Amino acid sequence: MFKLNVNGKVHQVDVETDMPLLWVLRDHIGLPGTKYGCGIAVCGACTVHVDGAAVRSCSVPVSAVVGKKVLTIEGLGQGGLHKLQASWIAQQVPQCGYCQSGMLMAAAALLKEKPRPTDADIDQAMTNLCRCGTYARVRAAIHAAADIADTATGVKRSAS
Amino acid sequence: MNADRRDFLKVSAALGGAFALEFSFPWAARAAVEAAATEVNAWVVIYPDDRVVVRIARSEMGQGTYTALAQLVAEELDCDWAKVSSEFASPNEHVRRKRIWGSMSTGGSQGVRSSQDYVRKAGAAARIMLTRAAAARWNVPPAECTAAQGMITHGASQRKLRYGEVAGEAAKLEAPTEIVLRDSKDWKIAGQPVPRFDIPDKVTGKPVFAIDVALPGMLFAAVVQCPVFGGKLKRVDSSAISKARGIRKVVRESDFVAVVADSWWRANQALQKLKIEWDFGSNGAASSETIAAMLRDGLADPALPRARRVGDVPAALAAASKVIEAEYSSPYLNHATMEPQTCTAWFKADGFLEVWTATQNGEASLAVAAETAGLPQESVEVHKMMLGGGFGRRGAPQDFVRQGVAIAKAMPGTPVKMLWSREEDMQHGYYRPASVVRMKAGVDAQGKLIAMHTRVACPSILKVLVPASLNKEGIDFTAVRAFHDMPYTVPNQQVDYAMRNGHVPVGFWRAPGQQNSFYRECFIDELAVAANSDPIAYRLALLKEGDKNRLVLEAVAKASGWGNPLPPGVHRGVAIADGFGSFTAMVAEVSVSPQGTVDVKRVVVAIDSGYVVNPDTCRAQAEGNVLFGLGAILYQENNVKDGRIVESNFHNFRLPQIGEMPKVETLLVPTGGFWGGHGEAAILALAPAVCNAVFAATGQRVRSLPLKNHDLRLA
Repeated sequence: MFKLNVNGKVHQVDVETDMPLLWVLRDHIGLPGTKYGCGIAVCGACTVHVDGAAVRSCSVPVSAVVGKKVLTIEGLGQGGLHKLQASWIAQQVPQCGYCQSGMLMAAAALLKEKPRPTDADIDQAMTNLCRCGTYARVRAAIHAAADIADTATGVKRSAS
Repeated sequence: MNADRRDFLKVSAALGGAFALEFSFPWAARAAVEAAATEVNAWVVIYPDDRVVVRIARSEMGQGTYTALAQLVAEELDCDWAKVSSEFASPNEHVRRKRIWGSMSTGGSQGVRSSQDYVRKAGAAARIMLTRAAAARWNVPPAECTAAQGMITHGASQRKLRYGEVAGEAAKLEAPTEIVLRDSKDWKIAGQPVPRFDIPDKVTGKPVFAIDVALPGMLFAAVVQCPVFGGKLKRVDSSAISKARGIRKVVRESDFVAVVADSWWRANQALQKLKIEWDFGSNGAASSETIAAMLRDGLADPALPRARRVGDVPAALAAASKVIEAEYSSPYLNHATMEPQTCTAWFKADGFLEVWTATQNGEASLAVAAETAGLPQESVEVHKMMLGGGFGRRGAPQDFVRQGVAIAKAMPGTPVKMLWSREEDMQHGYYRPASVVRMKAGVDAQGKLIAMHTRVACPSILKVLVPASLNKEGIDFTAVRAFHDMPYTVPNQQVDYAMRNGHVPVGFWRAPGQQNSFYRECFIDELAVAANSDPIAYRLALLKEGDKNRLVLEAVAKASGWGNPLPPGVHRGVAIADGFGSFTAMVAEVSVSPQGTVDVKRVVVAIDSGYVVNPDTCRAQAEGNVLFGLGAILYQENNVKDGRIVESNFHNFRLPQIGEMPKVETLLVPTGGFWGGHGEAAILALAPAVCNAVFAATGQRVRSLPLKNHDLRLA
């Protein structure tokens, strides 16, 4: 039995020590926003934050996050929209959208570390794979969000 | 909304709370919750408070049809766009109502262009009926009334009624027979870059995908298929997992094995521990080399059927002062949708089957589900989820539905979510066909192109998936695209087709036949170089006045600054392509490092699709086509060894990363009078434009892809 802190809530899960965090989130805690794409930490669709850092949850055993704070796409906006989510809507970033939870979590970790990232910073941090071709809009949306003051909530849910 | 769906929503709501696995239909729920809505016609549902729900028959995989079709309906309905939303039409209802929504197929860039006529008429019909209903209530002639912005106005008295106030009466009226559609120059909602309806849910992690489905008591299935295509299961020893945690069942079918468990990870772990014996059949020794030999044998066949014959090619080639020849080839390619194939199925106690899946054709999914279940189609519902990528993988082949339903059939009463691992998905696709093409051109003494002979050896997609679409000579038009309909005015043309199918399943991969655009447009570049001619001038000289290919080519030449100096080390290539109803021309700017690394820096593309319903989603599609095509140009191939696909995941089937995305500049130049698509247009010209630029940069003529197999280091 593991006690996990996910999006500020404590969950008790009775799973194997080596079950990847991804599947604990999706199938045992009921947070399917985090996606399975490759299972080998290449594509980044499963990106979540562990103690504020972006990690690929398909390759992190549940036992490794006990006592740490896990943040998923469902918790990113803290009840509203994170400024990146608002920027994603304004720039109309997603196509199919499947990789976008991971993209957003990677971008959120990047902005925490570098509030005004350069293109080179984005190239280095954003190694998530997208099959639809949203990269140019991802970049534009990160830059646009970097220009917005940090307010995690209160952004109106509409596109401009 | 049928009764089953309504009951289900109640069940889901009751389960919410303690264990947060309830599942919501963000779109369907809207219609279910409020019974007061009125269906004015099959496409248009209006609420008393004037909200309008447009029913969408096609699927949504990020291409924007879910929003664009609503724009077309709302344009003719003339309602307040802020009050419009979409929901998917129910495949079950579609069958019960005699296919009332037309085609549900979402491929071939058809979503908007093949629905636009009837959805616009549906919007207009609803507007006319609402107007008549208001006129009847006022007891005035309908001609004295106008409808706009969701409001009917009686001109003389200035009385007004909202659509929501008269929808109930309107629905009882006869549908009008005479409908005049608006001229596109008068469009107010169509033609605008309105935000897509599906995006907010996709950035907040809402469970909109098939992989996200959660149902009460649901189990999970992982699948392994015979690694050699066409092989069969011999036996399974499951003793190693008899004590494994959470395992509920091992399902044995003729060509796959599934483990059902209480979590997908447990199911997949157990699957790896099974001892499975397969009968690989006759294909266990097939390889990329045997397949290439099969295709080359096809090219040598003296008795091939002809897909096109104009003039007398043998005579013209014999009389030519110069003959130029080249052979080009392409590998198999997987779609590699980011969401692996998945299907959830639930055989309910009342004999009804519910299916949730990512499908490009809800009707085809319904048919396969019903057939697999042994149920009439009326007893099956398919819930169309948002697709985590499609690209042609989830349309004609419904293998994932067949599997999902077969697994759930072994677990009656329990919903089971079947999900493929990435490895299964990579190795069990319906691949873009590998092909080999030989082109031979004859040039006269003045350097004019007088003959072109093309021989195509390529497996047939239609033979596998839509055999009725082959013509009577056995020509698959997807295999000879760009040649049998080549726009260049060459007086003598012959196109021969060698259908050589092999055992690897082939399918519609974004812009089927697009490898032929690579071959043709690179070969035309070879001819331009041989003629010492500018590649754009060379093409223009071969295109008739008035040909729409000319307009896009001239537009892209201007926008790209063709002829202007480029920064040091940057080189240009150009290509044109028409397909999927649209005309496209593209210029790619490329640099090649001394180490041979190709960097595609800028892509300028001009597209004439006749009309543009949502310019922003059209631009997004162009960007998407460029990235999707770029992976195939730089890195991707699926090789065959021992009868099976070699590549297994994204480490050896590489996708470009963000830093590799070129700057894409899209010029939308709609000329009207026809409806073209955007889902595939911009991929067609990409490979030749890039490879022609690589030639300009290196002097090396690339005749096969991907580029990673070529040594492009500067000599």
